[in-house]
Amino acid sequence: MAEIRVMREDLLPPQQPPKRHLISIADLERADVERLLATARSFGRSLEREVKKLPTLRGRTVINLFYESSTRTASSFELAAKRLSADTMTVRSSVSSVTKGESLKDTVRTLASFDPDVIVIRHEQIGAPQLVAATVDAHVVNAGDGKHQHPTQALLDLYTMQEEFGRLEGLHVAIVGDVLHSRVARSDIQALAMVGAHVTCVGPPTLIPRGIETLGCSVSYDIGAIASADVVYVLRMQNERMEKGQAYLPSIREYAAHWGVTPERLRPGQKIMHPGPMNRGVEIDARVADSPDALVETQVRSGLVVRMAVLYDLLTQGPVNVANVAQIHEVA
Amino acid sequence: MLTQKQLLDADVVIRGARVLDPTEKLDASVDVRIDAGVVTAIGANLDTNEHQVIDAAQLLLVPAFVDPHVHLRTPGREDEETVATGTAAAAAGGYCAILAMPNTEPVVDSASVLGSLVELAEQEALVPTGFMAAISKGQHGEELTEMLELAEAGAAAFTDDGRPVTSAGLMRRALQYSQLTGRRLGLHCEEPTLSSGGQVHEGVVSAQLGFGGYPSVAESLMVERDVALARYEEQAIHVMHVSASESVEAIAAGHAQGVAVTGEVTPHHLCLTDEAVRTLDTNFKMNPPLRGEEDRQVLIEALRSGTLSCVATDHAPHARQEKEVPFEEAPFGVTGLETAFAVLYTELVETGVLPLETLLERMSAGPARAYGLPVPRIAIGERANLVLVDPQASWRVSEDGFRSRSVNSWLLGRTLKGQVKTTIANGRVVFG
Repeated sequence: MAEIRVMREDLLPPQQPPKRHLISIADLERADVERLLATARSFGRSLEREVKKLPTLRGRTVINLFYESSTRTASSFELAAKRLSADTMTVRSSVSSVTKGESLKDTVRTLASFDPDVIVIRHEQIGAPQLVAATVDAHVVNAGDGKHQHPTQALLDLYTMQEEFGRLEGLHVAIVGDVLHSRVARSDIQALAMVGAHVTCVGPPTLIPRGIETLGCSVSYDIGAIASADVVYVLRMQNERMEKGQAYLPSIREYAAHWGVTPERLRPGQKIMHPGPMNRGVEIDARVADSPDALVETQVRSGLVVRMAVLYDLLTQGPVNVANVAQIHEVA
Repeated sequence: MLTQKQLLDADVVIRGARVLDPTEKLDASVDVRIDAGVVTAIGANLDTNEHQVIDAAQLLLVPAFVDPHVHLRTPGREDEETVATGTAAAAAGGYCAILAMPNTEPVVDSASVLGSLVELAEQEALVPTGFMAAISKGQHGEELTEMLELAEAGAAAFTDDGRPVTSAGLMRRALQYSQLTGRRLGLHCEEPTLSSGGQVHEGVVSAQLGFGGYPSVAESLMVERDVALARYEEQAIHVMHVSASESVEAIAAGHAQGVAVTGEVTPHHLCLTDEAVRTLDTNFKMNPPLRGEEDRQVLIEALRSGTLSCVATDHAPHARQEKEVPFEEAPFGVTGLETAFAVLYTELVETGVLPLETLLERMSAGPARAYGLPVPRIAIGERANLVLVDPQASWRVSEDGFRSRSVNSWLLGRTLKGQVKTTIANGRVVFG
C-alpha cells in the first residue's frame, strides 16, 4: 500500500488564477482581439497544408452544449477542436436530459464530471454562459446567448474584413436590419468600434433599440446610408417579427422594399457579409447573395480558424507565439 | 385587519436610548417603560417596576416599521415563505405590521381563502399581519371580487399586485365599489402591451445587453390613468413600487389637483440603477425594473419631499433553484424585510442624503396612513410598537443570517451599518 503523505500547505502549488472565459466582446481589449486574429491567421496558414490536424490540444476536452439549433456554429466549434486534436463532443438539448426538465445548472454539473477544459455554450437566454462559468471549473465560450452576445461571430467577421481589406481601422461597416434582436449586431458593433472601424446601423425604427449608439455606432433609418460603407453587413430578418402581437413591421414585402439589400442599392466594390442563414428575397437579394462581392462562405471558413484561435488562447494562457504554432506544425 | 398570534405582553424598561418619534415630535435621551404591552412612562430615571431592563445607551428607540408590501407566498409556495418565517423576518427587520399580497396559489379572492389565512396568522404570525385581497377574481382583471364579504372577513385592502388592472373600465368599477368597504386600492401600475417581453429598464443598458426593454412609460402611463380615474371618482388610491421619474411627476400632478394618491418606493429602487443588471445576477431582476440614475435621484427627492410617503420592501422570496438560472429565465423579485432599514440607513442617512427623521417617518407613519392602519407612536397609553436600533453596528448580510425561508437578497455579501436589536410589536417582544 502506498504511503500516505500529508503535504504542508506552504508546499502546495500556488492557487490557479481565475479561469478565463470568452463571454462578451466587452471582456476583451483591443490587444486581445489583435492577438486572437493573429493566432487565427497562423492557423489559417496551417490549414493550407495537406495534413490539417495539429497536436496542440491533444488530451484536452471541449464540450459543445447547444440549446438552440445551429449548423454553422456548432460544426465550426466541433471541427476547430478536432483540428487541434482535442477530444470533443456536442450535446444538444433536444436529445439530452434537458427535455426531461433538467436545469441548466444540473446539466452543466453533470457534464463537468467529465472534467472538460472548455465548455462552449449556446442558449436562447441571456446570462446562460455566466451561469455556466459560475458553476463549473472550465473555460466557457459563449456561442450565442439570446440577444446578448456572439463574440466568436464578431471575431470571425473582423478576421474576414481584415483578410479582405488588409486593415480594420477606418473601415466603414453598415449593419442592416433587425439590430434589436441581434446578438451578432451587438458583438460586431462593440468589436468594430474597439478596432477603430465606423459602424452605422440601418433599419426600421422599430428594430433599432434606443441607446444603441452608446456601443459606438451611428444610426440611420434610410437604406441610402449603406452607400458610403465598405462593408454592408446584412442581418437575418425573422418572420416572427411580423407576427400578431409583435408587429415590429407590417409585412415582409414592405421590409424587403425599403431595407432589402439589392444590387441597385450597392455600388461596385462594396463587400457583403451575412451571419447566415440567409432569407433570399427578404433582407438580401439573391443576386447580391451570389455575387463575388459576397463574403458569406469566407466568413464560415474564417469561423473555423478563429474558433481554433479562441480555444488555443484560452487553453494555453496568454499571448500566442506565432512561431511556436508553426513549429508545432512542423512536428506534426 | 391585522392578526398576530398569542404572545405574552411585555413588561420592560428601556433605559437611556435616544428616543426619536417624528410623529410625536419627540427626540430625547430618556427611559421608556412598558407595562403589559402598553407604554406607561417616558422620562428620566424611571422606576423599573421590577421589569426586565434593557440598557439602551448609544441606541436609538424609534416607532417600529410598517411594510405595506410583502409576499408571504402562502398559500401555495410554502417552500419559499410561510406566515411564520415571513413574519419572523419582519420582526428581525424592525416591523410591527406588514401587509401580505394576495397573488398566491390560490389567489386570495374569496372569503374562504382569506379566512384560512387569518386563522393561520392567529397561530403563526409573530408580527401583526394584514392580508390584502384581490381586486379581480383570480387576478384575471375581468370581474370584481366580492369586496364586501372580503372586507367583513378581514381584508386589509385590495390589490391585484403582480399584475396590473389592465381594463380602465374595471379599474373604475373597483374605485366605485371598493369605497363601500372603507379599504384602499393598492395599484400595480404597468401597461402590459408596453412592458411585454421586458426584462429590464429600457435604456442604454438594455440596448447594450440585448434585453427586452420595460420602458418607464409602461409604468407612468398607468399611473396617469389611475390618477385620472381616482380624480374622476373622487377616491383614494395607493401606487405601489414606483420606479420611474415620470410616475413621480404623475403623482405630484395628482396632488396638485387634490387627488388622494399615495405612493411607495422600495429600497432597491432607491439604492440601485439598471447598471447593476450588467452583472447578470438574477438578484437584480425585479418588477418594476431598476431604472436610471436620474430616476433614482427623483425617487429619493420624492421620498424626502413626501410625494412618495412610504418605503415598501416588496419582499419577494423565490426558491434558490428558480433564481439560479439564466437571467432571462429567472422570476422577478428580491427579499428585503431584514435589510430595508439598514441599507437605507447606510446608503441614504449615513451619506447625508436623507434626514433620519424622514426615513423613520416614511418607514412607519407614512405607510400606516396610506392604508389607514394605526400609526405606531411612542406615547403614553399606546400599545408599544417600538424598535431599538444600534446605528453604529456594522453587520454582513449572509445567507445563514436570514429568518426568511428564501435568500434571494441583492445585498448578499454587503456590509451594512445600522442593526435592529429589539422589536416590540403590538406590545410583545418579537425580536431580540
